[in-house]
Order: sequence, then C-alpha cells, then structure tokens
Amino acid sequence: MYLNQFLFLAAFLFCVGVYGVLARKNGVLVLMSVELILNAVNVNLVAFGAFHNTVVGQVFALFVIAIAAAEVGVGLAIVLLIYRNKHSIDLSEVDIMKG
Amino acid sequence: MLENAWIIPALPVTSFFLILFFGKRLPGKGHELGIAAVGIAFILSCVCVSQWVAKPADYHPPAAHEASATTGEASAAPEGGEEEGIRQPVVHEVTWFETGDTTVKVGTHMDGLAVMLVFTVTLISLLVHIFSTNYMHGDRRYTHFFAALSLFTAGMLIMVTSSTTLLLLVGWEMMGLCSFMLIGHWWEEQKNSDAALKAFFTTRTGDIGLLVGLSILFVAAGNTFEISTINSKALSGDIAHGVVLAAAAALLCAVIGKSAQFPLHTWLPDAMAGPTPVSALIHAATMVVAGVYLVARLYGVFWSGFSIANGTVNPLAAVGGITIIIAALLAFVQSDIKKVLAYSTVSQLGYMVMALGVGAWTAGIFHLFTHAMFKGLLFLGAGSVSHAVHSFDMKKDMGGLKKHMPVTFWTFVIGSLALAGIPPLAGFWSKDEILVGASENGYKFFLIVGLVGAFMTACYMTRCVYLTFFGEYRGHGHPHESPIAITAPLVVLGVMAVVAGWVNFPAHAAEWFGKWTENEVFAVAGVQSHKFAPGLAFAGFLMGVGGIAAGWAYYARNWGPHRLTERSKPALRGYVFLENKYYLDYIETDLVVGSIKGPIARGAYWINQQILDAVVNGAATVSRAVARFTYDYIDQKGVDGIVNGAGVGAEEGGSVLRVLQTGRVQQYAAFLFGGVVLLGGALILFA
Amino acid sequence: MDWFDSWALTLAIFVPAAGLVVVGFLPRGQETAIKAVTLLTTILTAAVGVGILTRFDYDAANTLQFTVNRTWIPVINSRYHVGIDGISLPLLALSMLITILCVVYSWDHFPEPHNPKAFLMLLLILEVGMNGTFCSQDLILFFVFFELVLLPMYFMIGVWGGPNRQYASIKFFLFTLFGSALMILGFLALYFRAGETFDIPTLIQTASGAIPHNVQLWIFGGLFMGFAIKVPMFPFHTWLPDAHTEAPTVGSVILAAILLKLGTYGFVRIAIPILPEAAKSWAPWIGGLAVVGIIYGALGCLAQRDMKRLIAFSSVAHMGFVMLGIATLTTFGLNAALFGMVAHGLITGMLFFCAGSIQERFHTRELSRLGGLLVQAPRLGWILGFCAMASLGLPGLAGFWGEFPAILSSYQPAAGLSVGWFRTFMVIASIGTVFAAGYLLWMYQRTAFGTPKDEFAKAHIHDVHVPEWIAWAPLLVLILILGVFPNLLFGITNDAVKSVTAAFGG
Repeated sequence: MYLNQFLFLAAFLFCVGVYGVLARKNGVLVLMSVELILNAVNVNLVAFGAFHNTVVGQVFALFVIAIAAAEVGVGLAIVLLIYRNKHSIDLSEVDIMKG
Repeated sequence: MLENAWIIPALPVTSFFLILFFGKRLPGKGHELGIAAVGIAFILSCVCVSQWVAKPADYHPPAAHEASATTGEASAAPEGGEEEGIRQPVVHEVTWFETGDTTVKVGTHMDGLAVMLVFTVTLISLLVHIFSTNYMHGDRRYTHFFAALSLFTAGMLIMVTSSTTLLLLVGWEMMGLCSFMLIGHWWEEQKNSDAALKAFFTTRTGDIGLLVGLSILFVAAGNTFEISTINSKALSGDIAHGVVLAAAAALLCAVIGKSAQFPLHTWLPDAMAGPTPVSALIHAATMVVAGVYLVARLYGVFWSGFSIANGTVNPLAAVGGITIIIAALLAFVQSDIKKVLAYSTVSQLGYMVMALGVGAWTAGIFHLFTHAMFKGLLFLGAGSVSHAVHSFDMKKDMGGLKKHMPVTFWTFVIGSLALAGIPPLAGFWSKDEILVGASENGYKFFLIVGLVGAFMTACYMTRCVYLTFFGEYRGHGHPHESPIAITAPLVVLGVMAVVAGWVNFPAHAAEWFGKWTENEVFAVAGVQSHKFAPGLAFAGFLMGVGGIAAGWAYYARNWGPHRLTERSKPALRGYVFLENKYYLDYIETDLVVGSIKGPIARGAYWINQQILDAVVNGAATVSRAVARFTYDYIDQKGVDGIVNGAGVGAEEGGSVLRVLQTGRVQQYAAFLFGGVVLLGGALILFA
Repeated sequence: MDWFDSWALTLAIFVPAAGLVVVGFLPRGQETAIKAVTLLTTILTAAVGVGILTRFDYDAANTLQFTVNRTWIPVINSRYHVGIDGISLPLLALSMLITILCVVYSWDHFPEPHNPKAFLMLLLILEVGMNGTFCSQDLILFFVFFELVLLPMYFMIGVWGGPNRQYASIKFFLFTLFGSALMILGFLALYFRAGETFDIPTLIQTASGAIPHNVQLWIFGGLFMGFAIKVPMFPFHTWLPDAHTEAPTVGSVILAAILLKLGTYGFVRIAIPILPEAAKSWAPWIGGLAVVGIIYGALGCLAQRDMKRLIAFSSVAHMGFVMLGIATLTTFGLNAALFGMVAHGLITGMLFFCAGSIQERFHTRELSRLGGLLVQAPRLGWILGFCAMASLGLPGLAGFWGEFPAILSSYQPAAGLSVGWFRTFMVIASIGTVFAAGYLLWMYQRTAFGTPKDEFAKAHIHDVHVPEWIAWAPLLVLILILGVFPNLLFGITNDAVKSVTAAFGG
C-alpha cells in the first residue's frame, strides 16, 4: 500500500491551508485556505477508507464536501458584507469583536 | 413648772420663727418678740428655782452600792432635823421615735444643775437682749440678729433641760449653728466669716468625740440615751471600765472643742469678730459653758472613767490646768480688750474643767454660775466702752475713760475684782472652793496651778482696767456714758457679781448652792463637797491682791523690768512665742486644715480624675480601640475581604484575559491551532 | 374601696404613662397645654399616692400591701407582682413628690434647647420607671423598671446638658448598664438555683436555704455591682460628678433625689433579704468602701471649684453614710439608711435646685466668681444656708437622722460582724462629719458671704421666683418636719426593717 504518500500529500495541503488561514489578509484567500484544510481532511478520509477496505471514509468525505460548500457560501456572504461596510476585505482591519 | 419645763426652751424657739418670718414688719423690728420670749422664760425659770428650793429632799440612794454610797447616804438621809439632802430630779418624757425595739424618748430632766443653768441662761440672755436693742441699733440685719439670739438661747436651754444625750446633742449643735450665724453676723468682711467658720469647724472637730462617746454610751448602757441611766450604770460598774474610759476620753474631746480648752481654744478669741453682745452670751451663759455642763451632767461617766476619786493626774484636770496657765499668759499680750476677756474666759473655763477633774463638782458648777455673772458684765462693759470710742484697741483708742463713763467704769471694776477673786465678790467664793477641792482630794499640783492662775488673772485684769480707764484718753472724739439700755444690764450684772457668791456662803446651815444643785450622781459616786477653808481662802485672797498690786506697779507705776524684751533674747523669743499664740493657729489652720483643704483634697481629686476616672475612661478607650481593630482588620479586611476579593479577583482576571480578545479572526484561529497542537502533543506524550 | 387596693399601685405606675401618651399627641407648639397635662398627670399620680398613704396599714408595715400578682411572662415564670411595705412607701411618696416639684420648677425655665414636650415626656417616663421600681416584687419586673429610667436620663443629660454632655451621658449610661448586666446575671443565678422563680417574697423564703454559701457570695457580688454602681459607692462613683455637672437642674435633682436611691433600695429590698448569709460576709467590705467614700467624697468636694460638681461629690459622701448604715445590718442602721435616703433626696435635691437657680442668675457656677449672694438675693442665700446646714447633718434637720444613727449603729453591728472593723468605721465616719461641715460651709462662705464680685455688682439679681417657692417650700418644710419628728419616717420603716434584720438577730 501507498498510504504514506497520501498522508504526506494531505499533511502538505493542511499546512498550506493553515498558512493561508493564519497569514493571509485577504478574506477570500482565507476562505480558500479553509477549503484546502478541508480537502486535506478529505484526502485522509478517502485514503484511510481505501486502506481499511471500507467505504465509510468516502461517505464522510462526501459529507465534508457538502458542508464545505455551505461554509464557503456563508463565508463569502460574510466577506461580502465586510466589504460593503469597510470597502476592504483585509481581515486585519476587522476587529470589532475586540474585548 | 418643773414638770412642764419644756415650755422654757419652747418659748425662744417660737420667737425665733416668729422673728424670722414676721420680725421685719413689727415696730421694734423683732426685738420685742425676743425680749418677751426670753423674759417669760426668765420668769418661768425663777418659778422653777423657787419650786426646786421648796421641793423636799426625797432622794434615797439605792442600797446596792454600799461601798460608794456611804458618804452619799450620810448626806441624803435626814439625820434628826438636819437640813435638806438631795432632791429627786423631775423627769418628764414623751416618746420621740422607735427603732427596732428601742424607744427613744425626749423630755426634760430638771434637777438642781439644770434649774441653776436655766436661771443663769435666761437671765444673761434677757440682759443681752436688752443691751442689744441699743448696741445693735440701726444694724442692717437687726431682725436676724435677734432671731439668732433667740435660737441660741433656745439651743442652750434645750441642752441643759434635756433628759437624753440625744436631745443634748441637738441643743449642742444648735448652739454651734447659732455661734456660726452670730460670729459671722457681719459677713461682708472675710475676716468675720473666717472666724465663724473657724468656730464651727473647731467645735465640730471636738464633736467627733461627742458622736463617738454618745454612741459608746448608748450601746454600753443598754440601748438608751437616758442620762440618768447612763450615769448610774457607769457608776455601778455595769459597764466595763475600759468602755467608760473610752467614752469619757471621747467626750473630753467634745469638751475641749466646745469649751475652748487647750489645744482647741483658738477659735474663741477669733470669735470676737462677732458683735459684743454675742460675745457676752457665748462666754457667759451659752456655748462655751456647754462643755463644762456636759462634764457635770455626765459626771458619772467621767468620775468612773477617769478614776477621779484616786487623786492622781487625770486628763480632765490636766487639760483644765494647762488651759488656765496657757490662756492667762496670752491675756497679757493682747491689746484688744475683747481678746483679753476672751483669753480670760478660756482660763476660767480651765478652772471649771480642772475643778470637775479634781472631783470638786460643786465648786466647778458654782464657778460656772459666778463666772457667768461677772464675765457677762465684763463683756457688756467692753461693749459699752467700744460703743463710746468705736474701737476695741485698748492701747490706741482708750485710756482715761474713768471720768467719761462712770457707770461703765464702776461696774467694770466690780467685774474685774470678782474675776480676780477679791472677797466678798462672787469669784472669790467659787475660786476658793476649787482650791479647797484640789487640796482636799489630793491634787496638790493643781492647787498650785490654781493659785498661780489666780495671781495671773488679777494681774492681767489690772492691766486691762488700767489701760482702758486710767491714764490719758488716747482716742479721738468725745466719749460719753452709754444710754440706759446699756447701763441697766451692767448694773444688774454688777449687783449679781457682788452677791452671786453668797448663795454658797460658808456659814452654818447655809451653803445653799451645794444643797440645791448636788444631784443623785453626786450621792452615788460619793463626790465630796468641802467646807470653806480659811487658810486657802486667805492664800487665794493674797494671790488676788498680789496680782493686782504687781499689775498696778508694773503698768501704772512703771516699776519693774520694762523693756526686757529689748535687752534679753530669751525674753524676746518668749514674747514672740506668746504674740503668735504658741503657733497653734499656724498648726491648726495652716498645717492641718490647710493641708486637708489644699494638697490632700487636691490629691484625692487628682486620684479621682487621674486614676479612678482614668480606669473608667481607659476601659472605654480600650474597648473602643478593640472595637476599631475588630472593625478595621477583622471585619473590613478579613470577612468582608473575602467577599470583596471574589469580585475583585473576577474583575482582575477578566482584564488580564481581555488582552487576548483582539477581535482578529486570524489570531483566534492561531490560538485554536496552537491549542490543537498542544493537545495533540499532550496526547502523544502522555497517552 | 376594694378596687382601689387592687389597682392603686398599677395606677401609680401607669398614670404617668397615660399622661405620656396624651402629651405625645399634643402638637409641639402648644406648650401651655403640654405643661398643664404633665402637671395634671403628676398631680393625679400623687393623688393616688395620697390615697395609698391614707389607706396604708401602718400597723402591718412589715407585710406587703396593695399587692397585685398576675401572670405576665409564663415561659420564665415571671409575674406582674407589685406591692409595697414600709420600706418602699416613703421612697414611692418621695418619687411622686419630687416629680411634681420638678415640673413646677421647670415651668418657666426649660434649659436649652427648650422643647418642653420632649423634656416633660422624658420626665414622665422617668416617673414610670421610678414608681415601678419601688413597687416591683418580681425580679424581672424590677429589672425592667430599673433599666427604664436609664434611657430618659440619658437623653436628658445628652440633649439638655452642659458643654460636656455627650461624654457625661454616655459614661452614665454605659457605667450603669455595666452594673445592670452583672445584676441580671445574679437574678438569673437566683432563678436557676432557687426553684425557677423571680418572685422576691418567695426567694426571701427559699433562696438562702437552697443555694450553697459560696454560690451565694458570687450572686451577691453580682447584685452588689449592679446596686453599688447606682448608689454610687467608691470606687464606682466616677460617673456621678460628670452626670450631675452636665445634667440640667431638673435632671440633677431627679438623679440625686431618686435615682441614687434605686441602688440602696435594691440592697435593702433584694440583696440583703434574699441572701442574708452572703450579706454578712460582704458587710465589712461594704462598710469599708462606705467610709472610704465618706472621706473621699468630702476630699473631692474640697478640691472643687464648680458648685454643682461639689454638691455631686457630696452625694458620694452622703450615700457613704447610707451604705454604712446598711452595712451594719442592724435595725437602727437600716432605719437610718432609709431615713438617710429620703433626707438626702430632699436635701441634695434642694441643693441642686439652688445651684441651678444660682447658675441661671449668674450664668456661672464657679465658686471663685460668686459671692455676696446674701446681699443680692437674701432669701436664696438663706435657703442655701438652710440646705447646707441640713446637709452637714445638723440635729433638728432631716440630714442628722441619716448620719448619727449610722455612726451609732456601727459601734455595735449585727452579731457576727467584726466589731473592731466597724468601730474603726465609726470613728472615720465621725471625722467625715467634720469634713462635711468643712466643704459645705466653705462653699457657703464663698457663695453667700462677702460682697458681690465686681462683674456682678451692678447686675440685677432676682430673688426667689414664685415657681421656685412653690417647688421648694414642700422640700424645705419636710426637711424641718422630718428633722423634728423623725418618727414620721422611723414609724413607717421600723416594722419592715425589723423583718429584714430578723435574719441577723435584730
């Protein structure tokens, strides 16, 4: 089996995603990075499912895809509203939740 | 009248209140009430005298005391038509109050002694009242003066007629009050009110003894104040000798205070601050003779307490003897005529006390009687003189008054001669009896004291008469004889000073005074009364004449060692010592009273404020401090601290955590990942 | 008149309370109405008192009369038990009399800050407390009334008092309350040790048999503290001069005339009859403190410059004589003590009235500034002199009968007491009489004799006013009458005292 290769790929994707979430200022990019993280999880789920010779992993992956779609929908709506209010989608300027 | 003798003191008591409340509205400003009351009392007392004299000798001593009663019975039992013996006293009592099962009575006890004093007191008081109407004329407190005179007389009358020691005490203290009021009559001047206070305090100091002595006797005689019971129990030996001695010693203190004996005599000369009639009353009939009367009245106690029959030195005689000499010496250095007389009174009271101390009871009270007459006369005479010259200073303002005031002069001379003991005047007889008593009862030392005293008395009276009436007039203005209201009492007393001694004239079946006054105590105790002794009488007469001669030679003829004080240091010292009255005033007023009033009282008050009060305040301060500590530290910081600490902790923690809430999504995400990494690491490490 | 016998004491206690309510409803501005109602109340109370005096059976003065005994607090077996005998009667009468005179005296001159309504209401509360204390025959009832008087007196001093009033009033209140705390402990100990009852006559019967001697000593100690502070005995007297000095005149009068008597009355009514054994053990100490108080109070007087403070200290000395009489445990001694209480009430009350009137006229009580009273106000001067003479125990006036018999009976105290000690006390107490003469006459010399000081030489000084005459005449007359006819009082107290001293062999 070549599980390790999939896992490495997933880890790489995850790391790219995390970098994107933490480091990028563009809201859309952050959302895309979240998609990367989720896809890294999907890769892992499918890989482990194949490795254990079961379809549960693929089922979960489908769920994740569906939820990711919804999440992006909501996320883009938020980014849109931020832009409408601030004429910018730079997340570092959005700190109205500051305590 | 003897039964209802209470009326006699009741009269002046009534007049006191009437004068006090209505006196000012009367035409005479109250003096008529006083004179009327005392006058009636005088008449009633004359009735008393006649009834007493007419009373049969009905006293029979109890047979129980053979040993001491033998002599008494001899005089009491009528032996074949012999003259009267001792009369039974007339006692009339009512219940005053009850306490426990003791009934305290109040009433009159009339015997020869009481009757004699009632007569003397009312007579002198009446004359003083009459004298005062003129002497005090125009005084701003004329009415109060007469009110106080009435009360004074009442006090003395209550005392002498009393049948119980308790009522005696009432009269005794009433006189103390009145002497206070009268000595301080002109109280605007501090000097006078000081003298009044001094008189009251000094006698009151002696009264410590009276309170104690009467308490002892009350209990010792079986819860009774009855004078007759106390006397008979003291004599019969029912009371232990130690107790009687204690009581007698305590009562002696009272006598010393009231009768101005050494060393508490200092108030009497100061008491001259009062108006002169008051001095006459105090010295002749009331107040100072109260002490002598107390001894005579409770003679049973003194007789057996001090063992007078033994003929050794006893305190009573010693006090009297010392006082005779001490006071007579002081009389020589006075320039104030009233002070000469005052010291003379002290000295003569010494004679009376000494007489009672040596067992010459009759002689003692006989001297009291005669002394009342001539000393009253002398004081009123001095008053008459001062009325004329407006001063009491013999050396500065008198002299040569003989021709200006003949009545005053002659009566004064009679009084002086009576005092000096020149026969046949009153003082001679009584003084002689005292000397006889001292001699017969074995008190030889006191005989000598008496003789020396007689010499000195004659001598200083000569000085006094010479300075006042002879030589050149040294004062200002024109002295003139006093009006009749003043001279009439002088004449009456002058006559009395001549004849008063004759009532005990030493002829066969005479000596009435002794027979009338000697009471049952006299009989039970076996007190001796002595016959006239010509030898001693002559010695006394010589002393009197010698004293007059010496005084006349020294003061009038200027013979003898004059200016001795300038030449000899010891003489000067002695003179200064006398001038300062033996420094007794300093000791008593400045040392004793001054220290009590000053440092001791202040010390006690200091203790009160600084120690006792400090304890109280300290307790309060400490409890307040404890309270503050409890509140500040335990309550506010401890208990409340926990409650507040919870809130403060939550707040502080919140503000720390708040820093993390930057509001930046990415930072949150970073924490999230950091947390995941940490958890993951922990999972790997520990699972 | 049966209803009267059963209601008399209740009326005597609560008529003032009714008057209090009426005064409370009157508006503050209607001063005349307030004064009239108060006066009427006190007179009504006194009328009840007169009724009691006439219907009192003097031949049975040793038994309780006019008794009422009803359930009050069943849980602790405390009952509304009131009754009087020969010991309480004179004090009850004195309390009623003094209250009327105080109302009359203050008629026209209320002290600052005026407010007659509050002042008179306090006076009425005081009367309730005083009358109640003298009538109570139940310890708890006694305690309630005993404490009831504290509060009005506290306010009287604290509101109408002199410059240092707050200190004085708090000191008075706390000091006496401290004693009361120990006293109630004693009461509780009696309750638990002697058959769970607060009834005084019952306790007199049972307590000494039921309680062991050493416990009795402790209980007596507690009662002693409560009463001795109230008397006040040396060394618990320091509240007295301050309270008297600062209190308004009427307050001082009531304090001296009645409140001090509550303490001595407590000894005679409660402490000694209930615990005779303990009383015997304590008597020498009480006598000792009493004579120390006599000398000490006199010395304190001699050091004073303030007239009112001097009179206050003289109270310490006089109450010393009263306590000495009590300590002898003899019939004569206790009779003297009771006489002394009444006499002191009359005389010192009068002296405080005089001091108050002098202060009102001269606006000072400094002895060094006064003088010549007899020139400017001769009648007031005479009255002051009369009171001073009565106070120093002149025979023929009331004060003598409290003083001399106390001295006399300490020569022979009750059987079993140390004769040596008591004879020493006798001598010391006699010396105290000289001191008494000293401070009183010295005060009199400096206030009444001499000529007025320059600052007052031109001042117009009123002699005695009409309200003053009305208020003082009864006291002056009583001082004289009781002095001349002591049996008026001895006759009432003697039988009752005899039953008290029966425990000591008469």
